[in-house]
Amino acid sequence: MRMTRVAATAAAAVLALTMAACGSDDGSGTGTGTGSGTGSGNTATGVVGKAASGSLKIGVKADQPGLGLQTGTAYEGFDIEMAKIIAKGLGMQESGIQYVTTVSANREPYIQQGTVDLVIATYTINDERKTKVNFAGPYFMAGQDLLVPAASTITAPEQLAGKKVCSVTGSTPAKRIQENYKDAQLQLFDSYSKCITALAGNQVDAVTTDDIILAGYASQSQYAGKFKVVGKPFSEEPYGIGLKKDDKASCDKINEILKAAATDGSYKAAWDKTLGASGKAAPELDVSKLTNCA
Amino acid sequence: MPVFSDPANFDMYVSGFMWILKMTGVSAVLALVLGVLLAAMRVSPVPVLRWFGAAWVNIFRNTPLTLIVFFCYFGLYATLSVSLSDDIDLNNFWLGVVGLSVYTAAFVCEALRSGINTVPAGQAEAARAIGLTFAQTLRIVVLPQAGRAVIAPLGSVLIALCKNTTIVGTIGLLEASNIMKQLINDNGDQVILIFLVFAGTFAAVLIPVGYLFGWLANRLAVKR
Repeated sequence: MRMTRVAATAAAAVLALTMAACGSDDGSGTGTGTGSGTGSGNTATGVVGKAASGSLKIGVKADQPGLGLQTGTAYEGFDIEMAKIIAKGLGMQESGIQYVTTVSANREPYIQQGTVDLVIATYTINDERKTKVNFAGPYFMAGQDLLVPAASTITAPEQLAGKKVCSVTGSTPAKRIQENYKDAQLQLFDSYSKCITALAGNQVDAVTTDDIILAGYASQSQYAGKFKVVGKPFSEEPYGIGLKKDDKASCDKINEILKAAATDGSYKAAWDKTLGASGKAAPELDVSKLTNCA
Repeated sequence: MPVFSDPANFDMYVSGFMWILKMTGVSAVLALVLGVLLAAMRVSPVPVLRWFGAAWVNIFRNTPLTLIVFFCYFGLYATLSVSLSDDIDLNNFWLGVVGLSVYTAAFVCEALRSGINTVPAGQAEAARAIGLTFAQTLRIVVLPQAGRAVIAPLGSVLIALCKNTTIVGTIGLLEASNIMKQLINDNGDQVILIFLVFAGTFAAVLIPVGYLFGWLANRLAVKR
């Protein structure tokens, strides 16, 4: 009896301590402006500092062919190539990059809580997100579009009334459909791959997200010839590289790296190696727009 | 409560829990009906029925609910074209209810069966001796006593069901856990607060349910 009581007290104490630890995590996660890099024993600040110590955790997508796709333990795609360019620019080895799979809904929390140092995951820069995280870039200009079966008659988002449209919980495209095309029925999944499966089985009439992501799916071998991208983008989605709100120095540094990549050919090489397979020529990286660091 | 002072967010929060309550209510009724039938099958004198009941329980009790709900969408709806409503939300709702009901019925069945074991064998023998059929014995003599013996475990099943409804979020219904994800996504700096509010709401609903069933179990127990 006595033993059980002692054990119970000990368990309660451990639980309380765990909770307390959670609480203090939250405190540093909200970033009250005390400066970044308060992590254990790391004196350097922010992403630049962590890169200097040789390792960087980068959040990427795992289910988007051409952009960020996980096969086995390896990741490949345009976003991954961008991660490599940035790592190189920060003076660290590619092998020091630790990729962390993110989905649309957990990118801000991951950055704010320090689960990842950078997010390069088809991450649209917008004002709402800018209040929470800092954005380097944009390194690519995408636009929201529709992916429909090859025989579909849908040619513009206005024709979505009464149709079933699939997107991902918490993503910008889902929000835009909810706000601007209220007559469409929105099916939400936690990943685009499920949307594509539903589209292949005709449970939904269209999948919506950025054109470049859709092109990646349309060109996957198992779906060849089955889908088409409508080709009328109805938004501008500048892709940025997300990092902590108070890490402006690293943000500026990444923009410099992007500027260099635009001219030294590494940006074009990254494109040709990945999304270039879709037949689209490499876009220009517009260095005049790299002004989002705050 | 900066997150929940925004009326749009508060409406989302309410609508999320409304889905939870609706799913719990409908699935609880269906699971109870199914569970009673299954329990009857498992104690019936017909081998095929016994076998069917046992197979149902063993399949659904040992399969993760996530997979069952997922199968309801991609198997029943996508592959077999079983559409339960033209409205996308209602369709997902009913597909979810189907998954939850067949899963929970397995637990209800086993709870009832353990209740049947508490009824002395002499009762069923006496019932048969005065000429009641198997169905009558079960309905009039055994099940009423068995049901009253397992009210507390059935309460636990109901509580588990209510929490399990959040799994229907995987097929796109905007129930509480999906709403929580959206709110966390929009307010990454208030994760702990959002989390505590959602966990607290579940607790606030379910703790009284637990006490209610405890009280009912005492009141209705068969005094022997």
